[in-house]
Amino acid sequence: MCFIIFKYHHKSCCFEPFFRKLLALSWARAPAACLNFNCMLILLPVCRNLLTLLRGSIQCCSRTAARQLDRNLTFHKLVAYMIAFHTAVHIVAHLFNFEYFMDAQLNRNSSLLPFILSEIGTGDNASFLNPIRSNETNPTIVMFTTIAGLTGVAITLALILIITSSMEVIRRSYFEVFWYTHHLFVIFFIGLVFHGFGRIVRGQTAASLKTNIPDVCADQFEDWGTNGSNCAVPEFAGNPPMTWKWVVGPMILYVCERLVRIYRSHQKVVITKVVMHPSKTLELQMKRKGFHMEVGQYVFIQCPSVSRLEWHPFTLTSAPEEDYFSAHIRIVGDWTQALYEACVGDKTEPQEAWKLPRLAIDGPFGTASEDVFRYEVVMLVGAGIGVTPFASILKSVWYKRIQNNQDVFTKKIYFYWLCPETEAFEWFADLLQSLEGQMTEKGMTDFLSYNIYLTRWKETEAAHFRVHHEAENDPITGLKQKTLYGKPNWDNEFTNIESKHPGTKAGVFLCGPPALGKSLEKQCLSHSEADVKFIFNKENF
Amino acid sequence: MGKIEWAMWANEQALASGLILLTGGIVGVAGQFRGWQFAAYAVAAGVFVCLLEYPRSKRSKGTSVERSGQYCFTVCVKAFGPLTRNYYVRAFLHAAICVPGGFMLATVLGCVCLGIASLIYLVAAIRGEHWEPILPRKEVRKPITESIKNPPQNPPPRPPAEIRRKRVDDLEGAAYDNPISVTDNE
Repeated sequence: MCFIIFKYHHKSCCFEPFFRKLLALSWARAPAACLNFNCMLILLPVCRNLLTLLRGSIQCCSRTAARQLDRNLTFHKLVAYMIAFHTAVHIVAHLFNFEYFMDAQLNRNSSLLPFILSEIGTGDNASFLNPIRSNETNPTIVMFTTIAGLTGVAITLALILIITSSMEVIRRSYFEVFWYTHHLFVIFFIGLVFHGFGRIVRGQTAASLKTNIPDVCADQFEDWGTNGSNCAVPEFAGNPPMTWKWVVGPMILYVCERLVRIYRSHQKVVITKVVMHPSKTLELQMKRKGFHMEVGQYVFIQCPSVSRLEWHPFTLTSAPEEDYFSAHIRIVGDWTQALYEACVGDKTEPQEAWKLPRLAIDGPFGTASEDVFRYEVVMLVGAGIGVTPFASILKSVWYKRIQNNQDVFTKKIYFYWLCPETEAFEWFADLLQSLEGQMTEKGMTDFLSYNIYLTRWKETEAAHFRVHHEAENDPITGLKQKTLYGKPNWDNEFTNIESKHPGTKAGVFLCGPPALGKSLEKQCLSHSEADVKFIFNKENF
Repeated sequence: MGKIEWAMWANEQALASGLILLTGGIVGVAGQFRGWQFAAYAVAAGVFVCLLEYPRSKRSKGTSVERSGQYCFTVCVKAFGPLTRNYYVRAFLHAAICVPGGFMLATVLGCVCLGIASLIYLVAAIRGEHWEPILPRKEVRKPITESIKNPPQNPPPRPPAEIRRKRVDDLEGAAYDNPISVTDNE
């Protein structure tokens, strides 16, 4: 799309052919047009509430279209790369432009068209063409004394800082730096809108085009305005700024988005229960008036007493059928550590409810897991902490099928949990144990088939497993289903499921590392033959 | 996530600035702009900064992610010892390198970006960070633990071969008791 815009501008900058004679301005204007387009697009994928709204309304029409909205962050990054690229081309082109403009002023020779063109408008300082008005300056000074130059420098610096702090290494390790620096986009957009306000790009006025036709008069520049010539001296005026027309819509949408988030943050959220799980996992059970969630959704949590500006995403681990909503938070960084201290601290006796910190919740926002119940056969794969969204799904399954005995479309769930260490099992293992018990009671043991894979173990642990191999319950989880060691053989698993459920659409849901995602996607594609279709959904933060 | 190591961001910023300086310099030289000598300097400075900043430092906490092929650069940078280890030196070096870039439009952007990187390095230095090379970990041979005893020298005690031979017609009679009891070695 950008390429098309680029070619259009490059070929048909017909409204200022004199500019073309002066320099290759089209090389700067084309990426500028692309930049307008991209800057319009970049704000849209991060309007989470808008996307959830869209997702809900599109779902009735087409599930595939709705699923594309899950890739909003990828789209945002792609558009950002395009912005960076076009900025680079734009700047390089302008470097050449400035140089040629300067040359035009410095080579003060009346037999050169560029000089004659530069002399136009020296008297009234209005109808000029060359933005560099005198020969006693240099491009750097001009850059810092024009609106376009100043805003250009400011927004380029903002863009570079945003990009360097968004590198994967920085983003994954120090989210705060990434998040705060990213807010430089405010400067970026303000600067972008004002970039064209100086009207530094000049075009021949419509009136002047009648008296001086460029194609005809360009070669007769020595006779302009003299008696006997049918070419008057051309007059130029600045082109009005265009960028604001492109970006004002998305900017308004984004402002609305932030207002929605602020409104939501002021709604009262009550912490009803705080549970401390082993291996530094904190469970918060909360209530908020009018909160309604679906399976597998996530929320942003803010704790003003810890930090007024930080909102962190957490998957909801409770089912929609419960009267509270909960999130399991692993304590790994500054913010989570401070949250833990505010909620629990070192106190061992029960806390008074009013002593618990105030929280704000933004969301819930939907992700791919909402689609789980639309498939007849479902494969859920969670790696390590990535199993959290599936906690919500399994609980919901339990409530629907077993307690309410509702008829659910989903007939069979295959659950795979890949874990590198035994410590991460506890709270989830509890859930699985209770599910197991309930299923045995109701005689529905074949509804859910789960496989837990321990992918790494220590020598001492291995000895323990060997000895207790014959025990009825698994030595690690206490579940009847034995823990398996190593990584699953996906080919076998897929073939197995294929043979057991011919003629169905099976949904594959993953929450885990990208490498696993790629291999699962490949398996889905290779095993999707005529009768069984595997549809791959990935969730990522 | 942990406490921010400013040097990591300074490193990304400095590498980006090096590339920008290099690009600006190439444009200046190729277009034969006025002041192209500054552009030529910028090319050299840009290359130098990129080479210096390419190898990532080892993080003091957490796993370090190397850039691809950075090992040879790590070795070169490590060879300068305290000059490259200390971030104060890097901060002032970058500040000094960026100054000539400010004299020409094509390199001004690289100059400012490098200046910002220099400031972040200064913050990192004040906070006591320093550059550590990421070297490949030497395989530590685990000493053979005591649980692996000497393998047995003799075969296990068994009755003579005639009794051991499989007698398909009389399976019950073919079974025999081990003369020595077998216990698990705990």
